[in-house]
Amino acid sequence: MSSNDVTHHAADDHDHDHGHDEHGPAPGLMRWVTTTNHKDIGTLYLWFSLVMFFIGGAMALVIRAELFQPGIQIVDPMFFNSMTTMHAIVMIFGVVMPAFVGLANWMIPMMIGAPDMALPRLNNWSFWIMPFAFTIMLSTLFMDSGGPAGGWTLYPPLVLQMGDSFAYVIFAIHFLGISSVMGSINIVATIFNMRAPGMTFMQMPMFVWTWLITAYLLIATIPVFAGAVTMLLTDRFFGTSFFNAAGGGDPVMFQHIFWFFGHPEVYILILPAFGIVSSIIPTFARKPLFGYDSMVYATASIAFLSFIVWAHHMFTTGMPLAGSLFFMFSTMMISVPTGVKVFNWVATMWRGSMTFETPMLFAIGFVIMFTVGGLSGLMLAITPADIQYHDTYFVVAHFHYVLVPGAIYSLMAATYYWLPKWTGNMYDETLGKWHFWISTVFVNVLFFPMHFVGLAGMPRRIPDYSLQFADWNMIATIGAFGFGFSQLMFVYIIVKCVRGGEKATANVWEGARGLEWTVASPAPYHTFETAPAIESSTVTR
Amino acid sequence: MSSTTAPSAYYIPHAARWPIVGSVGLFIFFYGFATWLNGAAFGKEMFFLGTAIVVFMMFGWFGQVARESESGTYNGQVDSSFRMCMMWFIFSEVMFFAAFFGALFYARSFSGPWLGGDGAGGAEMTNAILYQGHDYVWPSDGPAHIGGGFQQMGWFGLPLINTLLLLTSGLTCTFAHHAIREGKRKPFILWLGATVGLGFIFVCLQAYEYYHAYSALNLKMTSGIYGSTFFMLTGFHGFHVTMGAIILLVVMIRAMFSHFSADNHFAFEAAAWYWHFVDVVWLGLFIFVYLL
Repeated sequence: MSSNDVTHHAADDHDHDHGHDEHGPAPGLMRWVTTTNHKDIGTLYLWFSLVMFFIGGAMALVIRAELFQPGIQIVDPMFFNSMTTMHAIVMIFGVVMPAFVGLANWMIPMMIGAPDMALPRLNNWSFWIMPFAFTIMLSTLFMDSGGPAGGWTLYPPLVLQMGDSFAYVIFAIHFLGISSVMGSINIVATIFNMRAPGMTFMQMPMFVWTWLITAYLLIATIPVFAGAVTMLLTDRFFGTSFFNAAGGGDPVMFQHIFWFFGHPEVYILILPAFGIVSSIIPTFARKPLFGYDSMVYATASIAFLSFIVWAHHMFTTGMPLAGSLFFMFSTMMISVPTGVKVFNWVATMWRGSMTFETPMLFAIGFVIMFTVGGLSGLMLAITPADIQYHDTYFVVAHFHYVLVPGAIYSLMAATYYWLPKWTGNMYDETLGKWHFWISTVFVNVLFFPMHFVGLAGMPRRIPDYSLQFADWNMIATIGAFGFGFSQLMFVYIIVKCVRGGEKATANVWEGARGLEWTVASPAPYHTFETAPAIESSTVTR
Repeated sequence: MSSTTAPSAYYIPHAARWPIVGSVGLFIFFYGFATWLNGAAFGKEMFFLGTAIVVFMMFGWFGQVARESESGTYNGQVDSSFRMCMMWFIFSEVMFFAAFFGALFYARSFSGPWLGGDGAGGAEMTNAILYQGHDYVWPSDGPAHIGGGFQQMGWFGLPLINTLLLLTSGLTCTFAHHAIREGKRKPFILWLGATVGLGFIFVCLQAYEYYHAYSALNLKMTSGIYGSTFFMLTGFHGFHVTMGAIILLVVMIRAMFSHFSADNHFAFEAAAWYWHFVDVVWLGLFIFVYLL
């Protein structure tokens, strides 16, 4: 039973009816502007998010530089606050989300044996909104009033007091939302409609499954977010009273609507990561994924639960006791399917013939450090405890553990795992391992002390702090600069791999399974123009 | 297209030029709108320029797809992709309206009564500290009576007539569907015309209702939470009805130019789905905004 018995052929004559005889990319810069090729668009998304990663990272370093010592040293508090706000917006909407969409573009059609995404023109538009939307978003930093500084959650009434940049931020969010919804609809249509004949849902790789569920989270929640910020806009400019108690509204209502989007959003940022790790660990453990079915059901359960836990972000805001209890218990329930996943990854490695190439290192790093973030999340779920932890650096430590050595590590693992398939060249394994170990040391130096200062009471989003937090903040800042600059290695390794290196085989990794490994490396410009025949015995995941 | 001439390979278009036009158009539109709201120079001009570019893009892009469809470029699988896309787009629109319905329910069931002194565990404190003596009754413009007293919009009269109009238009839309499925072009165009006509009458009556609200009832967008939810929900719905009617009008004009056949008329079906969606949203509005 080998995945290599799947055959595919070059396009047959039908394609010539549509007047695209050449099978390579068009020459020149317009190739990238007008492309409808899922691999080109995937590449655009991935480069875009890499650039944004350094923009968002630079903002984080401004924050950490200011926090190196107590007192105000480098930036004024207003700019500090706009850095925390913009860092979050850039990292969430400009880095993690587009990077996952880029991976979806590259990998999903190849994983399911499809010639391209279901709606290639729409796919182009989904990408080409991103640079324009972020131009609006980032331009607010250069306006007289400064950028948004009330936090990425945009709580009223504070956010309504923002200067001229307010309307630009709101419309940039609308603009990005259009991109996300179109991209998600495209992914849903691709997975439902474009699977190679014979491929059942339970033959799909976990990455495809997690993205299918993520796409639904996006389609269901991004419009709610759009509605919430529209109400902010009308409250500010058209005299409505949605979030104004004097007019019968309620500022707390915004928090409910926002987090109805916001909590599923955090699963949007992590479910595709689960899919990536579920692809990588079996390859390097040389065993099929343990408990595939339970992985699928666990992902679906997490997605469902993500819609009924939102108010755990609001325990200190206040709500009826029954609400607090409900949201505490529903939140804790998420640890059950998440535990299933962690257990399955460990069980996949159990007694496997493990090797530790760079993608595997990042995947194992993900499992361990994501679990650290998951456990602190469980602590935060406990209402009475959360009242102590809320808005402290403990929360910052929690979500950075799930997002940096979580989501970002999965993206790095995916990059190393599939780079040989994308470029046809092996990356520099020695440098890759250095990149992993340096990043892992510094990321813990950066974020672990935040647990301590948080539990001791240091509040978030404030440029100054009390003297007793000084030592750990200095250490965290050293970790931040170490982690930030070690990412230049990542860029160097990628560029080096794109430019050349040891040639990769089609299968690349000894234990790799799935349709993407049956095509040549680098993957031809068009793959699976004739669908491969899939039988129940074909290994597709 | 008939199945005998359908191409077997999935159609992958090349060199898409309209998306970048759309991105530039939306960029100018959003940037202009924000600038306009701030009262800064060239905002209004950019807003209208952006709108024009987006409309131009829609003409170009939809025109291209229509030509490809009529020339038999698409096969059944491409057709399925379009159907799924439209279906989930409508679902995303449902969620957009859900945010405003959620705001309405939250204000009426939770925050309104709390402002009036109901609730326990601190919820009643806003009333005790800030708004003593404020009694909550729906419709509410809040303890400060922002906008100054207003009268509620009744459900009898215009809203009821509008409900009947939209329900009837759903019916005529279905008659149009039956006509095209039987390949009867003339009744198809006529039923479509009736649907579009009913849609535009609805929009006109809605506009009159707004005029009436502003001039006779002193009910404005600024009339507290009632005015906010009323105009936000009915306003976005009215905008969607306008869009749906324009889409159906385009379908009608295409039908006059011999587009569509008994087994290839997805553009009409997509428009019809959309029309039924705005219909259902209206029923929700009629019940929760006007009746209850």
